[in-house]
Amino acid sequence: MQQRNGSRRKFLQGMGALGVVVATAPYVKTSHSAGKLAIGTWDHWVPGANDVLREVCEEWAGSNGVDLTIDFITSIGNKLLLTAQAESRAETGHDVYCVPQWMPSMFRHRLEPVDDVVNDIISAHGALSPAAEFFAHLDGVWRGAPAPAGSLSYPSVSRLDLYREHAGIDLTSIFPAGGARNHELVDAWSYDSFLTAAHKLHAVGKPFGAPIAPTPDGNQWLGSLFAAYGAEVMDASGDITVDSDEIREVLEYLSRLTQYMPDSVYAWDDASNNRFMISGSGSTAFNPPSIWAVSSRDMPAVAEQLWHHDSPRGPKGRYRASAPFFWGIWDFSSNISAGKDLLRYLARKDVVDRLVAGSKGFDIPLITSHYQSNDLWKNAGPPSGVLYNYPIRGDEVPTTAGVPAPPEYGAQIFAQGILPNLVARVTQGGDTFDDAIGWAENEMEGIMRG
Amino acid sequence: MVDSSKTLGSSQPIRRGSLYIFLRQRSTIAFMMVLPLLLIIGCLVAYPFFYSIYLSTLNKAETAFVGISNFLFLFKRETFWMVVQQSVTFALIAVVFKALIGFIAAHAVNNIPSKGQRKWRGMMLVPWVIPPALSTLGWWWLFEPTYSSFNWILEALGLSAIPWLSDTFWARFSIILVNVWVGAPFFLIMYLAALKSIPEDLYEAASIDGASAWQKLIHVTIPMMRNIISITVLFSIIVTFANFDIVRVLTQGGPRNSTHLFASYSFRVGIESGDIPLGAAVSLFMFPVLAVLAFIILRNVRQRTVNI
Repeated sequence: MQQRNGSRRKFLQGMGALGVVVATAPYVKTSHSAGKLAIGTWDHWVPGANDVLREVCEEWAGSNGVDLTIDFITSIGNKLLLTAQAESRAETGHDVYCVPQWMPSMFRHRLEPVDDVVNDIISAHGALSPAAEFFAHLDGVWRGAPAPAGSLSYPSVSRLDLYREHAGIDLTSIFPAGGARNHELVDAWSYDSFLTAAHKLHAVGKPFGAPIAPTPDGNQWLGSLFAAYGAEVMDASGDITVDSDEIREVLEYLSRLTQYMPDSVYAWDDASNNRFMISGSGSTAFNPPSIWAVSSRDMPAVAEQLWHHDSPRGPKGRYRASAPFFWGIWDFSSNISAGKDLLRYLARKDVVDRLVAGSKGFDIPLITSHYQSNDLWKNAGPPSGVLYNYPIRGDEVPTTAGVPAPPEYGAQIFAQGILPNLVARVTQGGDTFDDAIGWAENEMEGIMRG
Repeated sequence: MVDSSKTLGSSQPIRRGSLYIFLRQRSTIAFMMVLPLLLIIGCLVAYPFFYSIYLSTLNKAETAFVGISNFLFLFKRETFWMVVQQSVTFALIAVVFKALIGFIAAHAVNNIPSKGQRKWRGMMLVPWVIPPALSTLGWWWLFEPTYSSFNWILEALGLSAIPWLSDTFWARFSIILVNVWVGAPFFLIMYLAALKSIPEDLYEAASIDGASAWQKLIHVTIPMMRNIISITVLFSIIVTFANFDIVRVLTQGGPRNSTHLFASYSFRVGIESGDIPLGAAVSLFMFPVLAVLAFIILRNVRQRTVNI
């Protein structure tokens, strides 16, 4: 028994000495001394884009002593949103998370303010896209910083040969790849002239196609069309404004336009318009360059005739749907400072250029100066300059379905597909304008509940 | 009789503690054996159920208790009532067809000589065994809005294409069709087991009495299967009401919300729109109705069992 007591005393003495050594020893920097950082981000559809992002993040992690892991989470089946819901409720998971479009608003109470980061980025690199401010600057607080990948817009994607041959329109002269535009020609590209073209192209079996379903693509093109007519289901102050002349006007327009669209658009998903165009069946869609990229690989003859260009102009202006992506930091993250440093690093011009090249021009930086000084879109082809107008070059205003409603309501207008369903009720269901508007008002009241 | 409390070579009895005696009791052993299952049910069924009830009593921001306000709010929503109507129509039509097809198929398989029966049983169970999300994806390719394989065949035969997923009627038809395809084998296997448990003597006695095949079915087969039919239908109604994957993969609730069921609409409102309490209220809406239905059916089953 005596021996056992002696051993315990020695053990305690030893541990005490070790504690003193640890507490007083000089700090030794190890390869992971800045802690761990877990990133959950969107799984890019462009082959190789994830690899470039991983390389960039790992380079930063290596030079800053951070033990970094990065998970690419698909948006198919809304998995990116589902994972965010799970992590925000469980208060565990990644430290930095990708929050596209309306998600900063949905998770604003769980996202760490990043005003210092965004202010540093703006002062170093210049202004962000106006869409970025609308979606991520909430109640005077930035809840997300520009994501290194994913931000996109929805230009018109049209077949040059079909427009020339059947509609008598040369899109490359209206929206050239560089150089000055002819303002008269651009001004004449309105929804009325688009309707006329759609009629002619439908007559030769090459119609315009876009989903009228509550999918992101369906919301996006209808959002820009509604905005061009000044048609809002809710205004910026949160009042329901769906019962308006502008809404009736846009529904009237869509009643005519849908006559020249395939009947199946009411069941289309986000890939349907891609297949429609790549197969050579369609003449126009509203989409990022995925149609061109895939057809370049699978249907080069189609790809060589594609051209990205501005949306038509409506009575209230020209609008382009856009989906900005942000990276936010969960407030339960144990390494917020490392996350902020990473966000600053990813905004550097050299880093952004690498990432844009990795995405083959799919990603449009939210930092305006970064895309204005990048020639990648100008040089893409064939046809040469096909992507030049993919970033906004003219008078288009970025928008999306739900704008200008306050973000907490706009997110629900988008998610519940109020615009596509409103349109489908009239153009497919045969509802009168009043009945469809009455339905939308009822839905909007549901969205606004406290 | 050997006294188990003593060991050889020892004059002192070994004292058994009360814990030892407790652990040796049959009821304790039985409880310990079902404990893993109880834990699983507790964690994966009971806890989420009560948590969803709790969530459904909160306001949208989940900061205040609002009682049953979320349920009362749903009463005023046009789209929600459409979902109720669609869910009831979907569940009733699908269960009736599953039960009918399962019943006919069970008789057909039962009449196959036992040598080849196993092969047919296995093949007919395939739709039920494949994960529904995967098999529904296969169906989606067949129904694809623009390039449907079915429509390709129809057009090759000179017939008109059918808007399987873009028209309200056909979209509802499609999700019911896929649900029946997935669920009918469950009825088949349950009914087949019930058929095999009916004593052959009853049929022999009926034959001696001159009963026709139809009379045997009405007076022997169905009465003897009544309990299994009731339980199978109850189980299927509950599962069909809760269906999610078929709608999610095939139509995502469209066109114009006309194929939403409780689960898919709850997902749309709760997860995608960020209104978790209202989504929880949608998903719990049918619980009282199904609970009453389950009580009535199970009570009838119990009474019939006692009478037998």
